[in-house]
Amino acid sequence: MTMCPAYIRYIIIALAFLTMTAAMPVFAQELGPDGAPNPTASVESESKLLQQLPRIEGRIDIPNQREHVLQQPAGRLWDHFHEVTLHWLGAIVILGMIAALGAAYLIMGRIRISKGRSGQRVLRFNSFERFSHWLTAISFVVLGLTGLNITFGKLVLLPVIGPESFSSVAQYAKYVHNYVSGAFVIGLALIVVLWIRDNLPRKVDIDWIKQGGGFIKSKHAPSGRFNAGEKLVFWFALGAGAAVIVSGYLLIFPFYGTNIAGMQIAQVVHAVIAVLFVAVIIAHIYIGTLGMEGAFEAMATGEVDLNWAKEHHDRWLEEQLSRKRLAARSGQTTAAPAE
Amino acid sequence: MARVKFLCDADRCIECNACVTACKNEHEVPWGINRRRVVTINDGKPGERSVSMACMHCTDAPCAAVCPVSCFYTTADGVVLHSKDLCIGCGYCFYACPFGAPQYPKVGNFGSRGKMDKCTYCAGGPEADSTPAEYAKYGANRLAEGKLPICAEMCSTKSLLAGDGAIIAEIYKERVMKRGYGSGAWGWTTAYHEGIAV
Repeated sequence: MTMCPAYIRYIIIALAFLTMTAAMPVFAQELGPDGAPNPTASVESESKLLQQLPRIEGRIDIPNQREHVLQQPAGRLWDHFHEVTLHWLGAIVILGMIAALGAAYLIMGRIRISKGRSGQRVLRFNSFERFSHWLTAISFVVLGLTGLNITFGKLVLLPVIGPESFSSVAQYAKYVHNYVSGAFVIGLALIVVLWIRDNLPRKVDIDWIKQGGGFIKSKHAPSGRFNAGEKLVFWFALGAGAAVIVSGYLLIFPFYGTNIAGMQIAQVVHAVIAVLFVAVIIAHIYIGTLGMEGAFEAMATGEVDLNWAKEHHDRWLEEQLSRKRLAARSGQTTAAPAE
Repeated sequence: MARVKFLCDADRCIECNACVTACKNEHEVPWGINRRRVVTINDGKPGERSVSMACMHCTDAPCAAVCPVSCFYTTADGVVLHSKDLCIGCGYCFYACPFGAPQYPKVGNFGSRGKMDKCTYCAGGPEADSTPAEYAKYGANRLAEGKLPICAEMCSTKSLLAGDGAIIAEIYKERVMKRGYGSGAWGWTTAYHEGIAV
């Protein structure tokens, strides 16, 4: 074995020098004309930092670590959403829905029981179902009003009652909103468990839609326990409810697992979904009270008129009646003592 | 009076935190609240810079816009102040503030943050100037005494400047011209919709 030829060693050394001299200008740039390090050589400007990331973050010496964000210009964007976008969206969606329902009432009027009342009653919702519905409904109305107050109160209520009274109203409204949320969660969970089976999509739903959903008087829209419209409300309530619950609890427990951007997104999701939710529920309240004769009693006493059930939930009524007949028949046969 | 502003010359800040301490002392700020803080960027790396940050007293202040009870107001000097009597502690001003200025006495689950506290530019609050009631809620009112904010007044390197926005911008420009560099007036574009061209 021989050593490396000498010329190879020379080439390696020459290459090493070459790379060093190539690197020299980099060092030279970081030195000022007097040979001292240039203090601005590697400073990144504010605008450059903001181009790289939406926030400028650093290290702080105080215990409140969320303060390590030096600057988040997105705050101004969120301000714009909250003060411009949300105000318009809320006003258009909610007032638009009220206007549309008003027009529907003027044009179509109340949907009557066309054959009139039969006087016979059928149980539609048992007491536990009604309790679950009203738990959700009352908490929703309370949450809706106290929530709308946070966005629209200063435009609507503050000029009327003055800043001091409005401030204490808003303070109580905030606490009510935060704590009543628990009732809404329980109510929604009960509703979902109780009614999810009857709200699964069926073939009859397509027929219901084809027949104009009961809004066209000459046609009959067939339906099981819940018609396609009610099913849409159910699934919307489930989806929107889950979204407002998750985003709402992120807001109630601020900065647990979220940063400033997370809090802003949670608020945007919460507000947009809630506004849509309010509009849909206003329509739900309309059709359940003013819009349709014989509908409200289903949730009030739990019983509906036989003719109402025939017109709006024919398939469900058939099931109920045949079950009743079966029960009656088996009641006769099992009159003898059970074994 | 003119429009007052804050300017932190990050090329001068030595992260001594004297502004933070002076502020806490001047206003008897409760534990856990820091109206001013120093954030160090690129800590331990080449190009490290520290910036002293508090409320910038923004033009079109986002905190004031989003407040659900409209408890903010802007003085003739451009100082953004708020009323703790009206504040409901919802936390929205913190989400809107580009500079993390609003502070709350408590952690704040279920909306229990307490009344918001922030830098007042040493200008007190809505109560009568320099009264014990004003001091208890908002701290000293140095502006009413013709003094500037304590943080800037006692900055050892004169990194933090407070006063008439046009004058402090001019001072900063002169500095940059003389020394030949400057990393810019931090936060000015976001706060005042204008930077300082040098």
